[in-house]
Amino acid sequence: MSKVRILTKGLLKENPTLVLILGMCPSLAVTTSAMNGLGMGLATTFVLLMSNLLISSLKNFIPDSVRIPAFIVIIATFVSIVDLLMQSYLPALSDSLGLFIKLIVVNCIVLGRAEAFASKNSVFDSMLDGLGMGLGFTLSLTLIGIIRELLGSGAIFGHTLISGDGILIFVLAPGAFIVLGFLIALVRYLQRKKN
Amino acid sequence: MEYVLMIIGCIFVNNIVLAQFLGICPFLGVSNKINTSFGMGVAVIFVMTLATLVTSLIQNYVLIPMDLTFLKTITFILVIAALVQMVEIVLKKTSPSLYQALGIFLPLITTNCAVLGVAIAVTEKAGFTILDSVVYTAATAIGFTLAIVIFAGLREQMDLVKIPKGMQGVPISLITAGILAMAFMGFSNLVPSF
Repeated sequence: MSKVRILTKGLLKENPTLVLILGMCPSLAVTTSAMNGLGMGLATTFVLLMSNLLISSLKNFIPDSVRIPAFIVIIATFVSIVDLLMQSYLPALSDSLGLFIKLIVVNCIVLGRAEAFASKNSVFDSMLDGLGMGLGFTLSLTLIGIIRELLGSGAIFGHTLISGDGILIFVLAPGAFIVLGFLIALVRYLQRKKN
Repeated sequence: MEYVLMIIGCIFVNNIVLAQFLGICPFLGVSNKINTSFGMGVAVIFVMTLATLVTSLIQNYVLIPMDLTFLKTITFILVIAALVQMVEIVLKKTSPSLYQALGIFLPLITTNCAVLGVAIAVTEKAGFTILDSVVYTAATAIGFTLAIVIFAGLREQMDLVKIPKGMQGVPISLITAGILAMAFMGFSNLVPSF
């Protein structure tokens, strides 16, 4: 596979949220606004990039039988780093994302890429893969955030586009399920049309 | 009385799946049949309560006295993973029938973000004693079971109707979950929040 393909496959063709249906919890929970979606996506991208980097460089030293616990410790280390950095430098964003920054540890995308890609490929390829998957995740989270924020409060990234009250339900829990449901249906429709 | 309000709040008002978005993966993945989803629910109640008991003990007697709370995420995930393995081994030896019923769900629970999520959440609530934490967790897990069983019931009905091709599978499930979440919103403001 060419380097460009490794980087770009996560964006659309194997988009973790919309095509592979991974990492549903943060995709639903933190996308109340575009900014939250973007912040969560970038935090996850950092963890993906760093854990893929470290796991692929250690892949010859980690015994096969304990690889999953070893991966989890590596991932949890980077999650703690992101969590502490965000608490001190971006306290407002850290507050609104809350628990979900810590829960990147159990995000299936991160462990999935470690197991499926980083433990078998070279360091550089694994970094590209982590970056691509992370950006794909960021893209879909920001998209869900934009739709929910626009429908719910008539604004995007905090800039009001449509004045007046929005459809409040889209900022609340049910809106998350419904928006993501229709987005996945749309992606499947487009895929089928293309084939 | 306070515990009654807390239990009602955790099951209905702040339902872990439909209001807090934790444990969505098993909620979507293991909800095809009412029987299997009930099995999953019972396994989650068991593991989640045990996990929170152990992690709050560790938090109160190891991490806080030694000033190591920044290691919370790493410690908790390792403890939960080890605990699930241990529960599996103990069940296999002591109660084969229970193991038969819950066994296949146990490995899935390690990756259930609800377990880690609640274990961390209770440590961040001010003034929660260990008993408070355990009651809160058990009620939350019952809320998970309630949501997944109702959802499995809806999905069983959905198998009987014709659904447009693009909407089949995950999309229609998510939209159904959205409508279910809307129904649960009717419970909001029923009890003061915790």
